[in-house]
Amino acid sequence: MNREKITTRLRPLLAGAAFSLLLVSGGVAPAFAVTPADTLVQAWAIDDTITLDPAESFELTPAEFIGNAYDMLVRLDIADTTKVKGGVAESWTVSDDGLTYTFKLKPGIKFASGNPLTAEDVAWSMERVVKLDKSPAFILTQFGLTGENVTERAKAADEGTFVFTVDKPYAPSFVLNCLTATVGAVLDKKLVMEHAVATTPNDEYKYDTDFGYAWMKTNYAGSGPFKIRDWRANEIVVLERNDNYYGDKPALARVIYRHVKESATQRLMLEAGDVDVARNLEPGDLDAVAKNGDLTTTSAPKGTVYYISLNQKNENLAKPEVREAFKYLVDYDAIGATLLKGIGEIRQTYQAKGVLGALDSNPYKLDVAKAKELLEKAGLKDGLSVTFDVRNTQPVTGIAESFQQTAGQAGVKIEIIPGDGKQTLTKYRARNHDMYIGQWGMDYWDPNSNAEAFTSNPDNGDDASVKTLAWRNAWDIPELTEQTKAALLERDADKRAEMYKKLQQEALDTSPFVMVFQQIEAAGLRGNVQNYKLGPSMDTNFLATVTKQ
Amino acid sequence: MSAVETRKPARRANRRASARLKSLAGFLVVVATTYLGLLAVTFFIGRVVPIDPVLAIVGDRAPAHVVERVRQEMGLDLPYYQQFWLYLKGVFQGDFGTSVLTTNPVMTDIRRVFPATMELATVGTIIGAALGIPLGVLAAVRRGSIADQVVRIVGLIGYSVPIFWLGLLALLVFYARLGWVSGPGRIDVVFEYTFTPVTGFFLIDAIFNRDWAAFRDILSHIILPASLLGYFSMAYISRMTRSFMLNELGQEYIVAARAKGLSESRIIWGHALRNAAVPLVTVIALSYAGLLEGSVLTETVFAWPGLGLYITNSLQNADMNAVLGGTIVIGSVFIAINLLSDVLYRMLDPRTRTR
Repeated sequence: MNREKITTRLRPLLAGAAFSLLLVSGGVAPAFAVTPADTLVQAWAIDDTITLDPAESFELTPAEFIGNAYDMLVRLDIADTTKVKGGVAESWTVSDDGLTYTFKLKPGIKFASGNPLTAEDVAWSMERVVKLDKSPAFILTQFGLTGENVTERAKAADEGTFVFTVDKPYAPSFVLNCLTATVGAVLDKKLVMEHAVATTPNDEYKYDTDFGYAWMKTNYAGSGPFKIRDWRANEIVVLERNDNYYGDKPALARVIYRHVKESATQRLMLEAGDVDVARNLEPGDLDAVAKNGDLTTTSAPKGTVYYISLNQKNENLAKPEVREAFKYLVDYDAIGATLLKGIGEIRQTYQAKGVLGALDSNPYKLDVAKAKELLEKAGLKDGLSVTFDVRNTQPVTGIAESFQQTAGQAGVKIEIIPGDGKQTLTKYRARNHDMYIGQWGMDYWDPNSNAEAFTSNPDNGDDASVKTLAWRNAWDIPELTEQTKAALLERDADKRAEMYKKLQQEALDTSPFVMVFQQIEAAGLRGNVQNYKLGPSMDTNFLATVTKQ
Repeated sequence: MSAVETRKPARRANRRASARLKSLAGFLVVVATTYLGLLAVTFFIGRVVPIDPVLAIVGDRAPAHVVERVRQEMGLDLPYYQQFWLYLKGVFQGDFGTSVLTTNPVMTDIRRVFPATMELATVGTIIGAALGIPLGVLAAVRRGSIADQVVRIVGLIGYSVPIFWLGLLALLVFYARLGWVSGPGRIDVVFEYTFTPVTGFFLIDAIFNRDWAAFRDILSHIILPASLLGYFSMAYISRMTRSFMLNELGQEYIVAARAKGLSESRIIWGHALRNAAVPLVTVIALSYAGLLEGSVLTETVFAWPGLGLYITNSLQNADMNAVLGGTIVIGSVFIAINLLSDVLYRMLDPRTRTR
């Protein structure tokens, strides 16, 4: 837009601004704002936070609050993300039959409330998750825990020893990885039960207490380096330093998250100094921040992958040649260089980089001639027409449009059906789509999470009880399902990694999933923010080390 | 009523009272039907949108048995009419349900977000009227002049420029470049610990607490989005003022007043505008009500935690209790403002007063 046009458009605004000025008389705000030295202010779209309860929370942003405010038995080792290290547990042993895990707790740990943290709190937290049975509970119940047996199988042997019994000799890496999830957070039993409400047992819920469920939605009972002081939905989250924390105490007295949805708004606030960190910058704004001398950027690959999937209920898309052809019709290079700049990197295998057994292989390139050949082999010489459900946000809209254009060159006519996020997702979950572009975040930091989603489908019937991503695309794969299951019981970590690599290779060659990229989380920072490091998952975006100069 | 009065006027007063009672009852019936219709339409739209409300609660990754259980807990497996009946029963007991997104009772949420929108809309309307009326009068008096053209263009731009774009531009200029006003949000984070809202109208709360630092900060936050909304309502108000004024200025009483030798300013402001004010009240009231619905885009750009954002976000997640609650509030606001403008109308226009 040229300068003259801007000034014409500005003129009317000046009238309003003159009036503003009159009222503000002399300008109230300084030209450059500074946040308090002991406070880190972050601008972030936090509208996906619907609860602060680790037993229920399964969204992205609350994972960061919980990861910083709670502690788990074991935590992901940031230096080598294929391993775990102690959280509240000092050491652990696995019995020879692979069924019993014994954890020794670090002595003298206190909750933020001042109550001592004991093995009883660990056992009770697990019991609470299993009995409440909310969305993330399966991460623990998959070890054979039920409401009836949990008090036996997750048990405090003494004040400092917690014993966990699983139903099958799983790979220890699998069990430990699952325990790092936010659902494994240790809660302050005494504090929570003070706020528990009595309930009437019925067929659905057999217990006479709500285990503090109502209270925990908006309150805090943990032992992490920060405590959660306040959450006002769509507005603010305030974390404060926990002075009872047993480890190195954070340098910051508080961290404030302000709900700001717009990338451009976040950038302005960062430039003006009203926030120290901007979390939802789109490629253009991120670029501008990187070029600004007062600001820096940081980034880390995250465990979320984006893919285009082909519903196998559509007879054309079910042909193996078509599935392969579509993988040659994505312009990976162009998408990576423009749409994903700074926020994602091309990845054609379904495991995220950095997880145990991740296969790093990107064999596909845009090759229209090759795709045409494959389509001809499939008897679709004249091309085909399909619909494509796309939610109206970036970068997926851009990727879908790019795909529409390159696929068109091979005679594939794609009709994009734009929709709101939840709307396209509802259709996808009901298997009513032809093609869908989606994202998948790991449920917990273990290869089984994505292997189960992409290469396992125990029952392809419409009323199946387990509905994986393979199910959503009606991909019937009894053999791969068995292999996925088998990898869980392989106790040798190297052999286990190999099994996952094989599964990914199979998916790369034959699956109806056109894997496109792995998300990179990027943040813009003010220059005085030090040691701000994003982790491989949301709950490992640790803030305790951050300082401000 | 005094004893000196005769029986005749008393009977007349009685008759008048019963007529009023009748019109009041009629009014209540209309309001009740309006509400019921509003609820029914919103409810059924909410049920037929192709979004699964369970998704917002359990997320995309929940196992199938959890999804089923929550669907039953929410009563979504019941037939629509039964769901609606249950909802209505709740409403009559003052229970508007709980928002699944914020986990609060819907009315608690609305008590929090509505004052934010109302404060913004009020300041916006004050700015819009304070600028729009004089400009409209000016345009009418100097009809066809350059001033008239300028006002017209300014108004046209107000109608046609996307507020999203203008909002970002305003932020860029007045906040980021010039630093004259504060940025997005209602109040700076430094007041997080010291400022406790009571009414939810931050400006009033600050005055109440005699917290002048907070007051200046709040004012400096609200002024930009309010000016923007004010600009849009100014565009509308100035156009309407102009046409009402032109209508009045063509009347014979103006000619008579001129013939009497009254000063021009007295004629314009004292006579013409006074009469134009009657329909103008309705215009301003409607534009105010429009702003009270919450301007989603303004609220998004300025990270303003208001009603528009709340309802939009709820709708996108099929959080129907929140949407219905918000709809009731907006419906009530429209009814209340219509009533209020009726009352003002009567005060300003002697002809509509009862004999």
